[in-house]
Amino acid sequence: MSLIAKAPGAGGRRGPSFAMAAPALALFALFALAPMAIVVYLGLTKWDGLATPAWAGAANWRTALTSGVTRHAVWLTLKFMAISWLVQTPVSLLLGVFVAGRQRYRAVLAVLYFIPLLISSAAVAIIFKNLLDPNFGLGAALHLSWLSRDWLGDPDLAFATIVFVIAWQFVPFHTLLYQAGVRQIPASLYEASAIDGAGRVAQFRYVTLPQLRYTIVTSSTLMLVGSLTYFDLVFVMTGGGPGYATRLLPLDMYITGFQSTQMGLASVVSVILVAAGLVLSLGIVRFSGFSRMRSRQAGA
Amino acid sequence: MAPRNTHRAFFSTGAAALALTLTACGSSGRTVAGGPGGGTLVWALTGGTETTLTSSQQAWNKANPKNAVNVQFFQNDPYKQKLRTAIGAGNGPAIFENFGGGTLKDYVDAGKVADLTPELDKDAAWKGRFFPSVLKVAEVNGKNYAIPINGVQPVVLFYNKDLFAKVGAQPPKTWDDLLALVHRFKAAGIAPLSMGGASKWPDLMWLEYLTDRVGGPQVFANIAARKPGAWSDPAVLKAATMIRQLVDAGGFAKGFQSVNADTNQAEAQLFTGKAAMDLMGSWAYPVILTNAPSFVKSGKLGWAPFPTVAGGKGAPADLVGNPANFFAVSAQASAGARTTAVNYLKKGVLNDAYIGDLIKAGEVPPVNGLEGRLASAPNSGWLTYVYGMTKSAGSFQLSWDQALSSAMGDTLLTNLDRLFGGQLSPAQFCAAMDKAAE
Repeated sequence: MSLIAKAPGAGGRRGPSFAMAAPALALFALFALAPMAIVVYLGLTKWDGLATPAWAGAANWRTALTSGVTRHAVWLTLKFMAISWLVQTPVSLLLGVFVAGRQRYRAVLAVLYFIPLLISSAAVAIIFKNLLDPNFGLGAALHLSWLSRDWLGDPDLAFATIVFVIAWQFVPFHTLLYQAGVRQIPASLYEASAIDGAGRVAQFRYVTLPQLRYTIVTSSTLMLVGSLTYFDLVFVMTGGGPGYATRLLPLDMYITGFQSTQMGLASVVSVILVAAGLVLSLGIVRFSGFSRMRSRQAGA
Repeated sequence: MAPRNTHRAFFSTGAAALALTLTACGSSGRTVAGGPGGGTLVWALTGGTETTLTSSQQAWNKANPKNAVNVQFFQNDPYKQKLRTAIGAGNGPAIFENFGGGTLKDYVDAGKVADLTPELDKDAAWKGRFFPSVLKVAEVNGKNYAIPINGVQPVVLFYNKDLFAKVGAQPPKTWDDLLALVHRFKAAGIAPLSMGGASKWPDLMWLEYLTDRVGGPQVFANIAARKPGAWSDPAVLKAATMIRQLVDAGGFAKGFQSVNADTNQAEAQLFTGKAAMDLMGSWAYPVILTNAPSFVKSGKLGWAPFPTVAGGKGAPADLVGNPANFFAVSAQASAGARTTAVNYLKKGVLNDAYIGDLIKAGEVPPVNGLEGRLASAPNSGWLTYVYGMTKSAGSFQLSWDQALSSAMGDTLLTNLDRLFGGQLSPAQFCAAMDKAAE
């Protein structure tokens, strides 16, 4: 009995000893911290990957902060993050609530619906690129003029198309999170609210949504931080084009580093990415009270 | 820029080589014969020239067992990064394949490439074997750093003879002919030109040809030499204006900026009768031959040089495209390996058997005196045409994105994409490029 009483809380946290974390920490230091330090250093040099890196001081930082291309990429990434969140959250929330129902047809739909999760991003990109081709794509094959638009060639449309395809790919994952979240809500809460006269909309508003609060935080964190790393799909579908219309920060980093062979400048962009990711996750955790999170299970 | 070479290596092949490319996944090198470590190391690309190089290696190693070469093949995109890393780390092969131009210059400037000029000067027969316009592509600061190893790939205007007969037209000789044709084809409900604008590099062919036709080769020479204001040369401005003129007239098939050149969709538009013309490198010929053999065999595929521009300074025979791929010798190789490398380049590459293999694969080697051999080969009409036009070209300009440094190449392609899309005016394009070149 005493064991159970002692385990959580009382007397401070007593987790596994530091020695047990050492292997993981060593790997983290070797493969995450050390490369990060090297990237910070490379950001202060001029290097084409061939000769020895030459010290350049803050020149790359000046270039990155004043260049239209990088600033545009930052702005585009922020825009992309916000729009993606606004599109994906309501859709996956509603779908999650829907597939959490116990009816059999919903289970079948849910299985079909999760298929995009199983396909690799590159494959998704190639499939959509072919479907959206103006001459040989879906629109041309079915003779639907509204479908045979210049989806990836018009700068505004291309951005919207990318947002859509990424939503298509990732909404199932977030739906899964919400489905799990909804199924955790105790039925007693719904029964009590029904006795109080709440209809379905009121139940969603006053029971489901507040109970899902932490799921929303988790899903949003994954979405926002994830949109800092979307690379493969955009790279295959548009390569950042037309012009700079879909050149998000990760793509800008890759093109600058490996196609333009300006490793110094690319390192600066990657430092910006790391910093943005850190600030973002810390911000969400603080702002949402995620760190003070407790179980909302009844009776816990 | 990266996708473009994948596709070139890929295109210059044909069905047989396609199978080879597919088996060559992954970025690790593949040794043809013998184990790794035996012989002088050669790095080359998978694709069209692979079969030829394999038999060349076998013949060489049989004749020179003490100075064997060990050829390893890589896919294009991983190759470029792997080579840069290996040579940057002082760990590269003795011979490496490259495209000449600005990327080769990067390696030369870093002191990683052996100067072949003395060897070439000592052996006039060797030097005299190649077309001078092609050899010049691998020249840096007046010195030769690499020699060609495969076929020439000039850009030509492909057209669909059926569609031309339908509207009763002839292939365009001048820019005004081309604009007139645009209106005629549009009136007949046919897209005048197909283009894979999403890949960006096909855009470049128009700018390269128009700049040369308007202002001659010197205009780009100034750009490559980074002379201040070279991009604002009246010839570049005029070429950019003509591009806008063609786009605004509806010259390119609807949605051309969504069309991907790497998946041959522009060529498909040509042979399925959706578009009348396609400005593309000669590697499109095997692609069309593979995908629509009856279209080519029934003589419906036509080809013509790029139109002339009235009052322009450039010669009508000037070409743009990919003169060839090259072999360069690493400056890091040991003295022994370097001697073997130079001997192999001299006697093992582009010798009689090697040239025969290339011609069999549908390539046109940049070597003098091949008229007879090409005339008796399959598809001789096409091969002879490419050979003749390359031989008589006063200037064979390497694609600008390859000729310039890689940083400039990327900026150029993106700005050009915006010019075609109407987000930049011709004047803004020139100004943006001048600014980037500073």
